Amino acid sequence: MNLTLKIWRQSGPDAQGELVTYPVNDVSEDMSFLEMLDVLNEDLTAKDEEPVAFDSDCREGICGMCSLMINGEAHGPEVTTTCQLHMRSFSDGETITIEPWRAQAFPLVKDLIVDRSAFDRIIQAGGYISVKTGAAVEANNLQVQKHKADRAFDTATCIGCGACVAACPNASGMLFLGAKITHLGELPQGQAERDSRVVKMINQHDAEDFGGCQNLGECSAACPKEIPLNVISQLNRDFIKAKS
Amino acid sequence: MATSTVSKPPRVRTGKQGSTIFLKTLMAVTGVIFVLYVIAHMYGNLYKLFDGHAAFNEYSEHLRTIGEPMLPRHGLLTIIEVVLGISVVLHVYSAVVLWKRAKAARPQRYAVKKSIARSFSSRWMRWGGAFLLLFVIWHLLEFTNPKINVGDGGNGAAIKHDPYMLVVHSFNVWWLTLIYVLAMIALGMHLRHGIWSAAQTLGFTSTVRARTIANIVAVVVALVVAVGFVIPPLAIAFGGIK
Ligand code: HEM
Ligand code: SF4
Ligand code: FES
Repeated sequence: MNLTLKIWRQSGPDAQGELVTYPVNDVSEDMSFLEMLDVLNEDLTAKDEEPVAFDSDCREGICGMCSLMINGEAHGPEVTTTCQLHMRSFSDGETITIEPWRAQAFPLVKDLIVDRSAFDRIIQAGGYISVKTGAAVEANNLQVQKHKADRAFDTATCIGCGACVAACPNASGMLFLGAKITHLGELPQGQAERDSRVVKMINQHDAEDFGGCQNLGECSAACPKEIPLNVISQLNRDFIKAKS
Repeated sequence: MATSTVSKPPRVRTGKQGSTIFLKTLMAVTGVIFVLYVIAHMYGNLYKLFDGHAAFNEYSEHLRTIGEPMLPRHGLLTIIEVVLGISVVLHVYSAVVLWKRAKAARPQRYAVKKSIARSFSSRWMRWGGAFLLLFVIWHLLEFTNPKINVGDGGNGAAIKHDPYMLVVHSFNVWWLTLIYVLAMIALGMHLRHGIWSAAQTLGFTSTVRARTIANIVAVVVALVVAVGFVIPPLAIAFGGIK
């Protein structure tokens, strides 16, 4: 298939950026979206032009490194990561607009790459449990109710990709926060720091210039891991109840 | 997790009260107060307006004497007015702060952006809310403490103290009825998203089932309130009540 790409090019954080049009031909339907960009980049390199900078790592949908706003949808039209998105989801002759995640909290580094370390700082602020090191205890010593274990597991699938922020009209990070809060809050190990965790993480979230939540649901619809909206309710409940 | 190439310095933290969720909570609690008031108000309109001139004015007078002699005349109404007044200030304050924060959170917009999940009503929360604020001010100036007289046919002073005639004369003016109908559509939409959003903000929707229920309640209450409020003005405008 033949495609027309409109890609955001910006040489550095403070440079002026713009959408640049590139034709790509002979794209296979079985390529992933990133492989299609690899082909474009080989082409650009051969022509002595600067290749398009974009993020990726595992390319198997588990690390959260890939991003991209594709035709106005985070990670494109399927519920998956961009590395797992295939060109069969597009049609021959289509024009595809590719932009970086846009949020004050995710400053642009180059082209399609943004710096998502704001998420890391939110985790550092409270998204952990403090444990004494030493020999590991027998795992089955600590009993967890099935429905709690399931919910903790489901929310632990968040890969920190930032699609929720990218899709949210307010650039809010509440779905990410809610996933982490629910994941740790459902487990016995998470109880001791439950109150302080939610307050610290939200304060860091706000300090990073993410917006507030309007409960619109765009985040959950864009999430490649289908984190449900009710984690935001859980987050709010934990916050309102928190003593610190 | 994304690794970084350039790092922002760690920020100064804000307190619990300055946080976005605190502001949302403020908006939700005051919003719930409005919802309760609005339902009571709608019920009052429907309940007596159709019973005619005397019954409506008697009801209007009754509202001013509820609680006597424990409360002074107009006592309950004053309490309600103060609570609502404070609520409006807090509700609008939070809305403005969060609106500004949202704008600052995405200084550069997308060239192409699709909305996949949000409801139609949710698009109008901010501008619709601003319209509601203007409407509320207008409404108070017109009926609560009449400063504006619409359709009084020159006998404004005479009907000022006759709530029934005040209402009936007003809604015989077509553009006034139109403003009210538009405002009630705005209110219905505000409630459609607002009630669901408040349930979520207050942490009542942590399961899929609870989320579904909150959405259904939001739609039903929004419809009942909007329809309930437009019935009296339309009945007057189309000659059902004289
Ligand atoms: C006076 C003018 C008003 C303004 C400027 C205003 C503005 C807003 C805004 C911007 C929101 C946030 C929406 C969101 O986060 O999605 C909101 C939420 C809400 N409003 Fe209003 N509104 C007004 C009046 C009312 C009235 C009259 C009612 C009820 C009858 C009401 C009930 C609610 C509720 C229940 C919410 C949900 C709170 C939440 O999102 O958690 N508002 N309002
Ligand atoms: S909640 Fe979903 S969209 Fe948001 S960071 Fe986690 S995996 Fe990505
Ligand atoms: S590259 Fe790891 S999830 Fe896409």
